[in-house]
Amino acid sequence: MKTVSLAVAYMPLVDAAPLIVAQEMGLAESEGLSLDLIPAPSWSSVRDMLAFGRVDAAHLLSPVPVAMALGLGSVKTALSAVSVLSANGNVIGVGRAFEDRLRAAGYGFDFTDAAAAGQAMADVAGDGLTIGVPFPFSMHMELLHYWFEATALANVKAQIRTVPPPLMAQALAAGEIDAFCVGEPWGSVSVDTGVGALLLPGQAIWNFAPEKVLAVRTDWAETEPHLLSRLMRAVWKAGRWLSQPESRTAAAELLARKEYLDVSSELVDRALSGHLTISTSGEQRQVSGFVEFNRGAATFPWRSKAKWIAHRIAERTGLDPAAACDAAGAVFRSDLYRAALADSGADMPGASEKVEGAIRHPTAVASGSGTLILQPDQFFDGRIFDPSK
Amino acid sequence: MGQPLCIVVVEEDRDRAVAIVDSLKESGDHEIHVFGNVSGLSRKIAAHAPDIVLIDIDNPTRDMLEELTLASGPLDRPVAMFVSGAAGGLAEAAIEAGMSAYVVDGLQPDRLKPVLDTAIARFRMVRQMRTELAETRRALEERKLIDRAKGLLMKARGIGEDEAYALLRKAAMDQGRRVADVAEALVTASGLLS
Repeated sequence: MKTVSLAVAYMPLVDAAPLIVAQEMGLAESEGLSLDLIPAPSWSSVRDMLAFGRVDAAHLLSPVPVAMALGLGSVKTALSAVSVLSANGNVIGVGRAFEDRLRAAGYGFDFTDAAAAGQAMADVAGDGLTIGVPFPFSMHMELLHYWFEATALANVKAQIRTVPPPLMAQALAAGEIDAFCVGEPWGSVSVDTGVGALLLPGQAIWNFAPEKVLAVRTDWAETEPHLLSRLMRAVWKAGRWLSQPESRTAAAELLARKEYLDVSSELVDRALSGHLTISTSGEQRQVSGFVEFNRGAATFPWRSKAKWIAHRIAERTGLDPAAACDAAGAVFRSDLYRAALADSGADMPGASEKVEGAIRHPTAVASGSGTLILQPDQFFDGRIFDPSK
Repeated sequence: MGQPLCIVVVEEDRDRAVAIVDSLKESGDHEIHVFGNVSGLSRKIAAHAPDIVLIDIDNPTRDMLEELTLASGPLDRPVAMFVSGAAGGLAEAAIEAGMSAYVVDGLQPDRLKPVLDTAIARFRMVRQMRTELAETRRALEERKLIDRAKGLLMKARGIGEDEAYALLRKAAMDQGRRVADVAEALVTASGLLS
């Protein structure tokens, strides 16, 4: 097989790992691909490089292609999310001033209970708070809105500001924001630079949130189906490799390199192991499934998750939720995922949609080989989302 | 020609900003504002209600401008939109030149095009200069590393400079690496051992 070079854009984050691993561990090569990985300075750059053909695939925030399909934002090219790259992996953190106020009020930073954290934050928020998120269309934004609506924070005046992930700690130090929601390692960077403390992992709000997707232009997916399948297989194998505990050290070393994240491998390992240091005094918390690259069909592009995102965005922006859900369902390409990974060993769920938020314990479901166990996916307030309604 | 266009340029580097503003002035009588990477950038820009916003594509604060493209309510019109639908491959040319442009909804193409053409040419020049500068710096760094590695080899093995370089080059060829990379490894290792 002749090796084909594919340009792929990514943001320097721990969850870009499947692409980096696919290239560095020879998984792309075994599919006859060489990935030309291009780091981007901002999410708009990633989107534009993909939309205007500078790259053929990208590591993208899961709500971006959905929002584009709804006609929101500044670029309208049709994109397809052919696979989820990772589930979960975000952290919510606060600046030192807020941390002090929370501690003075007796809050224990359990790093688990989103309702209690919301109440504690609301109690000390005073005349309001400003929160940084990486992009207007992001899971960070969705999780924050969900958390605010369903807790005492609903009554707090909040402003949300866009801050690129690598600049989050800086914005916190400069007092431009009081809190943030960001992907690792940038939350831990704020702890290590002494400017912040971590309050909650993203999954304390939604237990199994699709965080980043592998996105391609929809017309490219149609004209290059074979190339796309090879890319998807390489990336899926990278996710499987990443999910094995014995890969962790090597993965952390790889991602930490200067050309990728350019931070210490110990910092990267915190996210991969779920063993996070949450404050400058060194308190630690262990989070199971902090970022998932494979387990529980983590990479399967459930159409119901795209619909949940669309439903939430539509309600906020005044669009028709039903039409938005229809448009979004077509963006998460479970059809292409099934076709590309049928023979690769990936276990396929029988359905492409499910009720979101209904799984409370690891649950075996109907699948290709009958061994697929879905992980808990509930929302912290116990609500469910039925995509068929 | 109508009202002068209000153009905002987001650029931290003073000299580059001046160069961009000068070239834009040649393309017409515009009202031009320059911002560095200040906090609350998007709101400050929105306060000027510009017709066009120009920003380096590599500027990470660019994501903040995306807020300008979102209407704050269902009935509002966004302050600006990214140049994507514009005719004549302007968006592609801008991206290739390393520039992002946001324009107010409804701005006529015949007013937009001369400004963007000028800006694209200027950004391309700035980008080229920056690449060349980075390349020169890197070459200089590598030269220094290789010199240090040569020095280490000369001392350790009691050989001459040419012989030391030949040794480095041979090691590089045998391992399929660049001479500068081998030199860096040697310098690092010797730092650890001494």
